[in-house]
Amino acid sequence: MRNEKTTDDIALGIRRRVFEHAMRNNGGYLSQACSAAEQLAWLYNEELNLGAPTLPMIPKPFEGVPHADNPDYHTGAGYNGPFEPEYDRLFIAPAHYALVAYATLIETGRMAAEGLEMFNKDGSSVEMIGAEHSPGMEVHNGTLGIGLSTAAGLAWARKRRGEAGRVWVYMSDGEVQEGQTWEAIQCCAHHRIDNVKAIMDVNKQQCDGAMDSVMEVGDIKTKMENFGAVVVEVDAHNISDMREAAKTKHEGKPLIILANSNPFHAMPILEERFPRLHYVRFKSEEERARMNLSIAEALGVDPIDYAH
Amino acid sequence: MVEMVSRPYERAFEKHALANPDVLCISADLTSSCEIDKFRDNHPDQFLSMGMAEQNMMSFCGGLGLAGYRPFIHTFGVFTYRRPYDQLMASIAYPRRKVRIMGFLPGITTPGGMTHQAIEDISVMRSMPNMTILETGDATEVESICEVADSIDGPVYCRVLRGSMPRLFDTPIVLGQMRELSLGSDVLIVTAGITTEEALRATAALEKAGVSVRHLHLNTIKPCNEQAILDHINSVKGGVITLENHVTEGGIGSLVAEVMADNGVGKKLKRLGLKDTYAHGGSRAYLMRYYGLDALALTQGVEDLLGQELNITEQDLSEARVDAVHSLAKAEGL
Ligand SMILES: Cc1ncc(C[n+]2csc(CCOP(=O)(O)OP(=O)(O)O)c2C)c(N)n1
Repeated sequence: MRNEKTTDDIALGIRRRVFEHAMRNNGGYLSQACSAAEQLAWLYNEELNLGAPTLPMIPKPFEGVPHADNPDYHTGAGYNGPFEPEYDRLFIAPAHYALVAYATLIETGRMAAEGLEMFNKDGSSVEMIGAEHSPGMEVHNGTLGIGLSTAAGLAWARKRRGEAGRVWVYMSDGEVQEGQTWEAIQCCAHHRIDNVKAIMDVNKQQCDGAMDSVMEVGDIKTKMENFGAVVVEVDAHNISDMREAAKTKHEGKPLIILANSNPFHAMPILEERFPRLHYVRFKSEEERARMNLSIAEALGVDPIDYAH
Repeated sequence: MVEMVSRPYERAFEKHALANPDVLCISADLTSSCEIDKFRDNHPDQFLSMGMAEQNMMSFCGGLGLAGYRPFIHTFGVFTYRRPYDQLMASIAYPRRKVRIMGFLPGITTPGGMTHQAIEDISVMRSMPNMTILETGDATEVESICEVADSIDGPVYCRVLRGSMPRLFDTPIVLGQMRELSLGSDVLIVTAGITTEEALRATAALEKAGVSVRHLHLNTIKPCNEQAILDHINSVKGGVITLENHVTEGGIGSLVAEVMADNGVGKKLKRLGLKDTYAHGGSRAYLMRYYGLDALALTQGVEDLLGQELNITEQDLSEARVDAVHSLAKAEGL
């Protein structure tokens, strides 16, 4: 399923939706929309081979967790289409990017705009930290660093079953601090798992601020190559860069695209909040109003009437 | 009206750490979420950033302990034992290192869903030899948690509340001493952490409905004063009810069950808490209602226990506090 809009338009639409949401709720994962919009827009609009959604456009309320007494339980993966051998699968490893991921589903026609109004509401399945029952999610990833391993396992299994579909993982750079990320790459290389592909938002930020001030990770590209991945660096805001990178041959190895991003791309006023960008909560009504005007202008929309 | 206190941990930790140079402040990329951001900025020499790498942090703290330091680990409770369970066991619990684990956002006090909710931490820690377990239920307990935890000769896991919270008690935690909040003779209610406030909301309504309530608040979960619990159980006619912000297996409900079974007590026990289920994300008030952890669930539990209708409704319970998920008082989204 392909959208009529261009990938750049979708990226802009994602930022507008996340901006509006953050304004109305006095804050949110705003910076992740700055860094990630093109990456997610590109994945959904161009790179991923997905079928039409199988779940209702307006998400159903929370219907319980996996349990023997809950036989109708299902994940939110249906927003990415059906599980068919030829289709790709996607895991959003940093589950706190959910707001941006939901906005992407809306922009690509996979979820109704009402879905975002259910974000973080009691009893809703559209959770703040994407749960596996949340739209577009297939597994829980709120505990960071487990996504690539799950993808590797699924990819290995799909290969064994002769399925053509690939397994994509959306990753964040904070995840490279977790040892499991390295175990996953080493495992992919050892088992020659080359139907797994990842794109990582290298925004150099984490909860406490700039990664270099929290725990330096050094040269991620060289380290990943040494662990057995094929790694390509791209500008996260340049879609043709990503298109080219995805064509890189990586026989017998996983492909990891390091998308170097700007955590205040398209919302330059957010730089004022550097280096505390992880969750932007407006510090005062004055700041909220000022950011509203500035970001609205930058995104080419009217300021949000958040009082109503 | 109860007094509400803002960020008691922040002040209490700073005071304790400055008086004890061998205390180190350890953080795992949740510094402001655990109210130690000012400490980091003001006392960088006593602060160590470990990044988002909990397994390394646990064994590293074991190493600090080996050198005689007393690291206070700050992160969400869930991240201190799920992924790094093996490290916690081998590097900290077995050798009895004086590592103080400050686990924030216990149980359903976080909207972050399954991956953020420590709902089985007490069960895990109770089954871990050498581990002490403390839990805070109000501002006064949070204010005293650092000192009490640091007095322990070995590792300790603490369930710590953050942000704005009520002051329910006027005396600090005394290690091993439970609080006797009422001394009635019909039912014994045992609570810990945030469920104590719920039980306090229910007590007046229960008394009005003719139920004489005996209520214990546990802040030291392990080791536990079994004899004291037993004496209280023996002082009521109608049975025992526990309410916990935790699964009903392995937490304080199990603790009371063990005391009863070990001593051959032939009374009914009703355990309220998460019933063999994971929770999901939502506000604390919603989750407490949805999973039956609030005052109303407790009064219904007492009805079941006594086999008698009490006709207590929402209106009869003292007013609940509602925390806005997006309130300005919170440090971070999570
Ligand atoms: C195992 C684990 N430890 C800690 C956390 C808490 N946490 C949530 S996001 C995050 C780091 C964010 O860094 P990054 O993944 O790069 O995301 P970004 O800053 O770009 O949003 C942390 C430490 C977590 N979710 N999982």
